[in-house]
Amino acid sequence: MTTANTNGALSFDGIGMIFPDGTEALRDITLSIDKGEFVTIVGPSGCGKSTLLRIASGLLEPTAGSVEVDRDRLGYVFQDATLLPWRTVRQNVELFAELHGFDSGERRSLSTAAIELVGLTGFENHYPKSLSGGMKMRTSLARTLTLKPPLFLFDEPFGAVDEITREHLNEETQRLFQSEGFAGLFITHSIGEAVFMSTKVYVMSARPGRIVAGFDVPFSYPRQPELRFEPDFALLSGEVSLALRGSHS
Amino acid sequence: MTLQASPESEAGTVTAPEEQSSAPADGHFAPELPDDAPKAYRVKSRRREAAETILPPVVLGMGVIGFWYYVSFIVIDESRRFLMRPVHDVVDVGFLDSANFSEMFSGLWSSTKVALIGLAIAISIGFFLATMMSQAKIVERAVFPFAVTLQAIPILAIVPLIGFWWGYGQTSRVVVCIIISLFPIIMNTLFGLLSADRAMHDLFTLHHANRVTRLRKLMFPAALPAIFAGLRISAGLSVIGAIVGDFFFGRGEVGIGQLLRRYANNLQGEELLAAVMMSSALGIVVFWTFGWLQNLIIGKWHETVQK
Repeated sequence: MTTANTNGALSFDGIGMIFPDGTEALRDITLSIDKGEFVTIVGPSGCGKSTLLRIASGLLEPTAGSVEVDRDRLGYVFQDATLLPWRTVRQNVELFAELHGFDSGERRSLSTAAIELVGLTGFENHYPKSLSGGMKMRTSLARTLTLKPPLFLFDEPFGAVDEITREHLNEETQRLFQSEGFAGLFITHSIGEAVFMSTKVYVMSARPGRIVAGFDVPFSYPRQPELRFEPDFALLSGEVSLALRGSHS
Repeated sequence: MTLQASPESEAGTVTAPEEQSSAPADGHFAPELPDDAPKAYRVKSRRREAAETILPPVVLGMGVIGFWYYVSFIVIDESRRFLMRPVHDVVDVGFLDSANFSEMFSGLWSSTKVALIGLAIAISIGFFLATMMSQAKIVERAVFPFAVTLQAIPILAIVPLIGFWWGYGQTSRVVVCIIISLFPIIMNTLFGLLSADRAMHDLFTLHHANRVTRLRKLMFPAALPAIFAGLRISAGLSVIGAIVGDFFFGRGEVGIGQLLRRYANNLQGEELLAAVMMSSALGIVVFWTFGWLQNLIIGKWHETVQK
């Protein structure tokens, strides 16, 4: 399961997933993400989007099809920040580097850089219980950034934060996508978020999850917050929305 | 600049709304709140808050002492007063008489040592078993019924048996402590070890953490709050175990249990009551100590640690 094609970051080939209880979560998913791409999958709740990420990461084996991905330094940002409550922000950010056997000097410089990237400098010694939802998510992002992963999987990471915070985090995520040069696969049910950040948006149908539509997003990076008020943005969002409604009925 | 509590609420009586809204004539500032405002919105002075915390138990305690005197002097006939000596006699004989006090104190110290040794062994066994149970379902299935059985045996029923096997000295007392305090340690530690949520386990899986790393960096820290809850229960139980063991076996170093028994046999009411109080004090101190340790170790990060 290593990359055959040097340009590809991740590719799914005919993925199907039927759980032991008989639920068919995914059917025949074929799509690939190249380096330099930020792909978002939008779909209704419970359509199997998260299942697809679990398959990509290797946490789950699909019942059909195959995945090509380099899992050595895979970035995976969960729906919840999943911070260890007994660790400070810095200790949380250093966790992955610790698990990968970096020595403490390297960990320190990696975490300092990552904490700065997400704008949490000054909060290194705070415990998660004293952080807001958005700050927890930033910590989670920083933790993943320390490994400099070539591919990021995002499992609806901003679903639990308020609208304004979500917009800020979207802006920062697309900035990081530019500066750090990773490929991204982002899962969400927010169309605005999908269109704002991505190079491509796919629409997934309700269970069993299938890809029913795909859109290229033509806007150039870096994208400014005002992009959200452009007519083209609204038009594209509308098309995605229509495709989503069509898949839902 | 503390706000003065209005006199009518100080007395704890409910007043009519009209009275409450009338401006205080003595110049004290009172925030204007709707009459039906929830209590939480009302500003309280620190002094008042302290009074509200300390006063109720003090008042109740004084009530108990008053009732005690009532029983000692009025309910019981003078010839039977040894059954319930008045408070000042208990204090005089039990705590202010230095010979009596040092006897009790050394008895209490002996029982404390037994309780601590028993607790330490129970913690070691409990941690070991719980860790094994968390690592392999088959161990959990094997051990669980016996752990429950251990808990279900009335300790008094097996005390004679323990005496049979381990003699009537220090060892048996320690064994009683272990048996009585082991179960909460096993169950709470196991529950705690299994409490880390799936997403956190996924993180460790994604980054190829091995069993030991997972246990050390995830499961064990996640278990700490539950472990401390178990320790507080077990610490109290081990004090009970030490006293019960000493009471029954009655040989070797004199502990507070033997003293309780002797005082009861000799109808030494004052000493008996004083010894009971000292035993309770030991239980309370042990409980507090573990609460303090808990705050020290997990208070910084845990969401619901009591202050």
